[in-house]
Amino acid sequence: MKERIAGATNSGISNLHSFTHSLFHSLNMADLSTNFLGIKSPNPYWLASAPPTDKKYNVLRAFEAGWGGVVWKTLGSQVKNVSSRYSAVDYNGTKVMGLNNIELISDRPLDINLREIAECVREFPDRAMVVSLMADNTREKWHELIAQVEDTGAHGLELNFGCPHGMTERGMGAAVGQDPEIAKMVVEWVMEKATIPVITKLTPNVHSVVPTGRASVEGGTNALSLINTIQSVTGVDLNTLVPNPYVAGKSVYGGYCGPAVKPIALKMLTTIAQDPVTSRVPISGIGGISTWKDAAEFMLLGATSVQVCTAVMKHGFRIIDDLCDGLNNWMDEKGFKTVYDFIGKSVPTITHWEDLDINYHIVANINQDKCIHCGLCYIACEDTSHQAINLTYGKPYNTYSIIENECVGCNLCKLVCPVDDCITMVEQRKGDEYLNWKEFQRRGLPLNDH
Amino acid sequence: MRSENSLRKPKGFCVSHSRSSLLAPHSLTMAILNNRLTTEQYEQNFSDIHPPFETREAALVEANRCLFCYDAPCTKSCPTSINIPKFIKQITTDNLKGAAYTILDANIMGGGCSKVCPVEKLCEGACVYNLLDEPPIPIARLQRYSTEKAIAQKWPLFQRKPSVGKKVAVVGAGPAGLSCAHVLSREGVDVTIYEKESKGGGLMTYGIAAYKVTPQFCEDEVNFITSLGGITIKYDQELGRNLTLAELQAGYDAVYLGIGVGVARHLGIPGEDLEGVEDAIRFIYDIREKGYPAVPVGDKVAVIGLGMTAIDAATQAKRLGAKEVTIVYRRTQAEMPSTEVELNLAKLDGCNLIWLASPKEILGENGRVTQLICNVMELSVPDTSGRRTPVETGETITLDVDMVIKAAGQIPYEELVTNNQLTNWYGKLAINEHCETNIPGVFAGGDCVNGGKEVVDAVQAGKDGARAILKKMSERANE
Repeated sequence: MKERIAGATNSGISNLHSFTHSLFHSLNMADLSTNFLGIKSPNPYWLASAPPTDKKYNVLRAFEAGWGGVVWKTLGSQVKNVSSRYSAVDYNGTKVMGLNNIELISDRPLDINLREIAECVREFPDRAMVVSLMADNTREKWHELIAQVEDTGAHGLELNFGCPHGMTERGMGAAVGQDPEIAKMVVEWVMEKATIPVITKLTPNVHSVVPTGRASVEGGTNALSLINTIQSVTGVDLNTLVPNPYVAGKSVYGGYCGPAVKPIALKMLTTIAQDPVTSRVPISGIGGISTWKDAAEFMLLGATSVQVCTAVMKHGFRIIDDLCDGLNNWMDEKGFKTVYDFIGKSVPTITHWEDLDINYHIVANINQDKCIHCGLCYIACEDTSHQAINLTYGKPYNTYSIIENECVGCNLCKLVCPVDDCITMVEQRKGDEYLNWKEFQRRGLPLNDH
Repeated sequence: MRSENSLRKPKGFCVSHSRSSLLAPHSLTMAILNNRLTTEQYEQNFSDIHPPFETREAALVEANRCLFCYDAPCTKSCPTSINIPKFIKQITTDNLKGAAYTILDANIMGGGCSKVCPVEKLCEGACVYNLLDEPPIPIARLQRYSTEKAIAQKWPLFQRKPSVGKKVAVVGAGPAGLSCAHVLSREGVDVTIYEKESKGGGLMTYGIAAYKVTPQFCEDEVNFITSLGGITIKYDQELGRNLTLAELQAGYDAVYLGIGVGVARHLGIPGEDLEGVEDAIRFIYDIREKGYPAVPVGDKVAVIGLGMTAIDAATQAKRLGAKEVTIVYRRTQAEMPSTEVELNLAKLDGCNLIWLASPKEILGENGRVTQLICNVMELSVPDTSGRRTPVETGETITLDVDMVIKAAGQIPYEELVTNNQLTNWYGKLAINEHCETNIPGVFAGGDCVNGGKEVVDAVQAGKDGARAILKKMSERANE
């Protein structure tokens, strides 16, 4: 189908793309479009402020591929980047589980960036164009930069209070985001000048993202985005004995991102989505989003748009197809007509530990027909704590079964089992009523006896 | 060129085209000839069929698939109990030395075994991925990846304990003897191996197809084993010929017999002494010992039997340039001792198979084989043990052949062991649970005890024998 269209048209790639996209949409019911403070995009996927968004050439190709928006790589004071810039953590043969970078903000001349932003906005008016900013620490510098950026026709600004390396040594980036008072002051400067929506991007390199988030909201920011990268050392080269990335015999702390940081990002996102002050503004979720499933999870925990970077740095802009298609199919299956039908839906389900129901009890069950006798459940349970799996010797295949009395319902066996649905957790409530820890204590109920 | 062959042998399989017609121009008479192929063709036909992992990454893709099973079925299916998940995990962490140690500590011939083991019925056959209908982990290939480096780069993985002043004589430098010697020497025992051939390795060196394990590799493996120190191999020393058991008993603290099994079983049919009737063991031995061009092979060859040796003989006859090779087996595929993988090797080499055919008579002219007559068999109804015996149907078939290779099992050295007053069962040595024969201080293991099993079984027997010897030595020391 695609080939025939490509052969029949000479109207440009972007037209072809919108045509094929409409084909996609004709198959799907759900509407992926988002409206983030008036910044509209055909889908919730924006490219995060990073190398893929640092020039027109990239951004146009991203838009042609179908990306809903971009956050242009941070503009601000003049910098020069070094070589090398990235290092990664691989896991069991999978490359780039986590990515670390020591790249600073855009090192291209400001006027070129501004001109290219304007051109991108003109060519793709239906896509979100947000520009990341990190000015020198004076009101005037911020005002000056905002005015220049607004002249491009960009739809929003994102304040980079999160960059964890390099810029912090100059009192910028995370140095701002780590101090709620400074953050609030800078947000106030920005809001004096800005006429388009302002998103404040938070650093995760703090004990909690909430204080800076609140200060930013109190300073007037229209929205929050998180997380920026996490300070890291990805590893030490065991030949040179110098950590990565290597720059002439030295290294430096970098910013960690990619699939490895997703759980941390989700937690921080939830704290912002649950806080009475920060939850007043929309959130753009960032941190290890690689698939539509990741995106759905961020949105369920409160993100209105999601930003992607590492997955694109690894695989290219082409991943947008499945990001949209998978989300669309899932929404159809779930009966969600628009993204607003599920944004934030899971936020209330994360509660305090002491509110959890102690009477809820599950035990593992091994489906012997599916079991491949690898013994991974057994050794995990045996050496972890509970010794709740029985081994019956066989040659060559042992048989494993659950000792229900010993099973605490921890999930570990199910998690390590390589076969889908071989181990299931079966509910065996300890009591019909809801019982939390406080009530448990008040009643003086017995603790474990072994 | 057959496309299937190119799967295993990048350059394809060479048959005698112009060369053979050159040797026998316009001739329809069959003949047993050597030197049928060019040097290049021989090299190509007998190069190692085991493709190595070309790169570290390629090995890691497979190694990372391993689930790291607990009490792993693969390990339990290995006669030497190599901790397979452990060595594969070590490959994934770039600890290749650790991986090689894990393998070779359990099986000092782990390098050779990774080439000759019928893994489809051992470790790989037990891999849990089979239960998911997924390809098993290529355990043998990963084992080669690690051990080939160890052997090629001569990693000093083992250190010998200081000499304890004890001496053991081992008869036979095959897998059982070498394995026994290595364990003993690591414990500080001085070992002398007496070997009747001029090279070590036993059946690994002399009894297995050259394309499965090359002569060079066999030599390197033996050198790797003896590089531990404390092991002296004396070649051309044959029990019953220029060596007596009594001498060994007198000169050493213990004796270990790893003498293997001998020639191929007699068919017991007329015509067996005709020129052109060969013993498969001798045929394979000659290929290894004399070199490929020196070994004559017929135009039309029949191979009797369908074990590993039969496959090795048939495929090598073909690879030496035989025009037609037919394997004759008296039962069906369901009963064959060979594995499916082995059978496919023969099929890919273009060997014919005749099932349910049992040799009845070999006919000849001028003392040379011309025909093989076989009884056509059928399987009887299963007996109480479930076994279906082949019985004659009364029909016969006749094959025009100029060479018959007998590979219907091997027979033990019955006369030798009986002459030495060793208790035996049709030549197979009897040992107790401590690997000791009826003669105190004389231990035995491997093919000479079990009648002929895999190399890996012999290696385990050697380990068991060494431990039994060490135990007896320490008991004596404590008396």
